[in-house]
Amino acid sequence: MSAAAPDLLLHVEGLHKQFGDRTVLADVHLDIPRGSIFSVLGPSGAGKSVFLKCLADILRPDAGKISFDGQLLGTGATPARAEFRRRCSFLFQSNALFDSLTALENVALPLEQTTDLPLPQIRERSLGALRELELEDCRSHYPSQLSGGMQKRLALARAIVTRPELVFFDEPTAGLDPLRRNAVFTMIAQYQRQFGFTALIVTHDVTEAIIASDRVALLNQGRIGFVGAPSEFSSSQLPVVRDFRDSTAALENSLTVIRRGEPLPSVHS
Amino acid sequence: MLKWLGRQTLQMTSALGDFALFTGKSFYSSVKSRRLTRRIVRAFYEQGALCLPVILIVGIFTGLVLGLQGYYVLNRFGSDGLLGTLVSLSLVREMAPVLAALMLVGQAGSALAAELGIQRNSEQIAALETMGVSSHGYLVAPRLLAALLVFPLQTALFVVVGLWGGSLSGSLLLGVDSGIYWSAVERAVEAQDVRECFIKAATFGLLTMSICAYQGFNAHLCHSASGARAVSASTTRAVVLSSIVVLAADYVITSFLV
Repeated sequence: MSAAAPDLLLHVEGLHKQFGDRTVLADVHLDIPRGSIFSVLGPSGAGKSVFLKCLADILRPDAGKISFDGQLLGTGATPARAEFRRRCSFLFQSNALFDSLTALENVALPLEQTTDLPLPQIRERSLGALRELELEDCRSHYPSQLSGGMQKRLALARAIVTRPELVFFDEPTAGLDPLRRNAVFTMIAQYQRQFGFTALIVTHDVTEAIIASDRVALLNQGRIGFVGAPSEFSSSQLPVVRDFRDSTAALENSLTVIRRGEPLPSVHS
Repeated sequence: MLKWLGRQTLQMTSALGDFALFTGKSFYSSVKSRRLTRRIVRAFYEQGALCLPVILIVGIFTGLVLGLQGYYVLNRFGSDGLLGTLVSLSLVREMAPVLAALMLVGQAGSALAAELGIQRNSEQIAALETMGVSSHGYLVAPRLLAALLVFPLQTALFVVVGLWGGSLSGSLLLGVDSGIYWSAVERAVEAQDVRECFIKAATFGLLTMSICAYQGFNAHLCHSASGARAVSASTTRAVVLSSIVVLAADYVITSFLV
């Protein structure tokens, strides 16, 4: 598909990243449609976070091309890259909130530092973002005074306050219990519809990602093994997809067995 | 042996170049950084107000000791009237800029290295970059700009308190006439000495805060440790390197200015 195709927001071609002798991403091709929720699935260590960080310009890929809205992003501090950063946001696995700033100051930070808006307007917009995410009462709280879910919402408020077109989510549900995982995906889906941004999520939570996403891709050993609709992923008989589905199902089954107190099946079986 | 020496030299040259680029980038980023004044004021508070007690305490004790030691040495030659000269020149030319810088490294420098190290570990620095905010301009530049002014001010305060300490031990305890002490101070210190003192203080401020910021900023590149240990290692390295650089730079500046 062409990089200039009107429905594409992000086009990735031949992305390659290596750390020493270890190849983490090998010739990755991917197209992200505008206005969609796109999940990149994969087991731990498959290179998902590295892939996302290469796209978000946190890591520099060794080879490959990335086009955003039809514009090829060069290397270094090009105007296209600056424009890309202005129109994107990143939600970190650890939330990456500034612990010495209050919730309101955290949300206001990107506006204060990247726009020339007057301070009252910045405050109004930041309060608006906090209100949208039901955090207005916590505006003077520091991140350490908020619960895990509230911190996640605060990080999302900071990510959307600049009205980005593309939001990267790095393992947004890592370390959360199933109920909270569900809540986080619901939150992403709800706000994606409300604000209309494109969401690119890397996760290993298959069930939630399939329910919430418009499209999914499977990254396995640094390569894209599958791209398609969630229903296609569920029914795909491709060995790489089946293996991944089976491995996550096996993990869920063994957890159920542990809960019931039955003896565990042999690891080899 | 030759290979090892060559590798070490290359590594050191590369690290020095990287450090120079880091400092240069921080100053350059400050030009484009928005709402910098508020962060400079915050850095003033960290390096100024928070370090005030340690500067006052070390300053007064340095003056007291100089007064005592100076009196007993000068008294042997019947020159105890020159006590003010000895205390003031020792303080203004050497002790105040060096000791004040070492104290500021111990308090503000170590705090800066640890804070940046933790911010690196918790991806706060990466978060700034993804927002399109220069982390050099936002986190480092205000500290370096503040240091250029705070170090000379703290040094001046150290001198004043030290002179008062010298007067306390010399005049009040050992009986040197107070008028003689202060008039010797007035006669001894010249504009050139004060200028030298401020040049040293500003240079130490720039060098030490850059080193501390550089170490904290690059805590993730530590080969021997990771996580909390990397922060601890980078903070230790920041303090040790800064202290050595203060003494080395003192020698270089003195040899050029005297």
